[in-house]
Amino acid sequence: MKRIYVKEEWCLGCRLCEYNCAFANSGMTDMVKALRGKEIHPRIQVETDADGITYAVSCRHCTDPICVKSCIAGAISKKDGVIEIDHSKCVGCLTCVLVCPYGCVVEDEGGAAQKCELCMKNTCGAPACVKGCPNGAIVYEERGEAE
Amino acid sequence: MKQYVIIGNGAAAAGCIEGIRAVDTAGSITVISAEQHPVYCRPLISYYLQHKTDLQRMRYRSETFYADNHVSVAFGRTAIEISADTKEITLDSGEIIAYDALCVCTGSSPFVPPMQGLETVEKQFAFMTVDDALAIEQAVTPESNVLIIGAGLIGLKCAEGLHGRAGSITVCDLAPRVLSSILDDKCAAMMQKHLEANGIRFLLGTSAKEFRGSKAVMQSGETVDFDVLVLAVGVRANTALVKNAGGDVNRGILTDDACKTSLPDVYAAGDCTEYHDISSDSVKVMALMPNAYMQGHTAGVNMAGGAAVFDNAIPMNSIGFFGLHCHTAGTQPDGCEMYEEADETHIKRLFVKNDRLTGFMLIGHMHRTGIYTALIRNQTPLSSVDFARLRIEPQLAAMGADYREHVLKGAV
Repeated sequence: MKRIYVKEEWCLGCRLCEYNCAFANSGMTDMVKALRGKEIHPRIQVETDADGITYAVSCRHCTDPICVKSCIAGAISKKDGVIEIDHSKCVGCLTCVLVCPYGCVVEDEGGAAQKCELCMKNTCGAPACVKGCPNGAIVYEERGEAE
Repeated sequence: MKQYVIIGNGAAAAGCIEGIRAVDTAGSITVISAEQHPVYCRPLISYYLQHKTDLQRMRYRSETFYADNHVSVAFGRTAIEISADTKEITLDSGEIIAYDALCVCTGSSPFVPPMQGLETVEKQFAFMTVDDALAIEQAVTPESNVLIIGAGLIGLKCAEGLHGRAGSITVCDLAPRVLSSILDDKCAAMMQKHLEANGIRFLLGTSAKEFRGSKAVMQSGETVDFDVLVLAVGVRANTALVKNAGGDVNRGILTDDACKTSLPDVYAAGDCTEYHDISSDSVKVMALMPNAYMQGHTAGVNMAGGAAVFDNAIPMNSIGFFGLHCHTAGTQPDGCEMYEEADETHIKRLFVKNDRLTGFMLIGHMHRTGIYTALIRNQTPLSSVDFARLRIEPQLAAMGADYREHVLKGAV
């Protein structure tokens, strides 16, 4: 399946992906209104290592996802390879945050769990982090791994 | 065609069904469900009382789950005997069901210590099932004074659930602190303060020694007037079926990494079992829903002829009260070193021994905690990562370039 991959040699560390992610999932049409003066809660995190190398981390859509197995609300499932959260069922217990080995499930502004769902449930159509990356450092592609 | 039988209908049973069907789509599966409900999210009963979910959304799986997986469920039935020699179980109805592979997912039952005069209490409840929650909902009015015996996970979630529904809520526990099974003194004190700020009253280091109708006499001599009593002292694993069949049990049913019991073709999963905790290298009852699912899934795969192991179990809890969250995992061994951060609104305590993270307690700030949990679960040598950075903030950046490449450049 297609997944999001990063090319850290191209990452500028500008964090635009975090803003594009927060905007794409805000449900709003104006980026300024959606984000200005607000603490953003993106589903992708830019990290910087000890050598100053930057790259973005988002859900790996694991082949054997421990978040799905651990969800006490039956709210996380895998459909056609994409791991998604049913927000009507999530009660915000954050067990998924406790078990995700890559730190890719995070709290949303209301205290419930959220994670990258490849922009399949918003109006963006394709991952906003990929579309908006100014240096092509985030790609959405098939790498042919066994599922 | 193989015949699979599962005794119990909770998360472990659901995991078992999905594990079997990952390998064998043809065999028959029969589930024996004491409760009349399809599998539901047991820990959500407190969220139900808080109006944060409802009976429909509390279902653990879709309405077509049993049909999709070709499972037949005997609702309202309990198994009373396992005959390991003839590979049959007997139900309370007298019906006998043969199995090729059996999974025991019988869960646990509330433990009620002998307390004088308990029979004089008119409205008394456990808080383990959705039926308990519905009964409590019926019994509690805005004028009710609720007394909860037990300041553990179940008692405190019940207290939170009843907040706003009852006139007053008092929680007592023999232990000197709240959540004594998962928090140390300092962390427990922070949580207690927050609960008290939300109107929960505590009587700690004491419990009820006698009940007289609607009055409890504490060991300390104090009396508490109440209308509704919730008994949340503790739970006991339901081991009798396996024990009576000659299987090995201790405090729970003993299972190996394949989730097998000592009886041939009999597996067990969930709160009825005890199993290996790699963080403390000891065998214990870890009654945790995520582990129950993973045990059930492992058992199911193996029952159907696959090869699965659950060999990295650790205790872990994610629990919050009135907006203050807490994550704990692993163990705090004797002689460990502790890394600590603490202020008014959060605590982080990481426990390190022999170059490994063995456990942690976090309150108030829950960002990317799973990176810590993975260090415990994978028993990662801390000398192989940049722990000086990791302990400040969980991040893949401190895990080494090879690990990062493995995680971010291919499927994991």
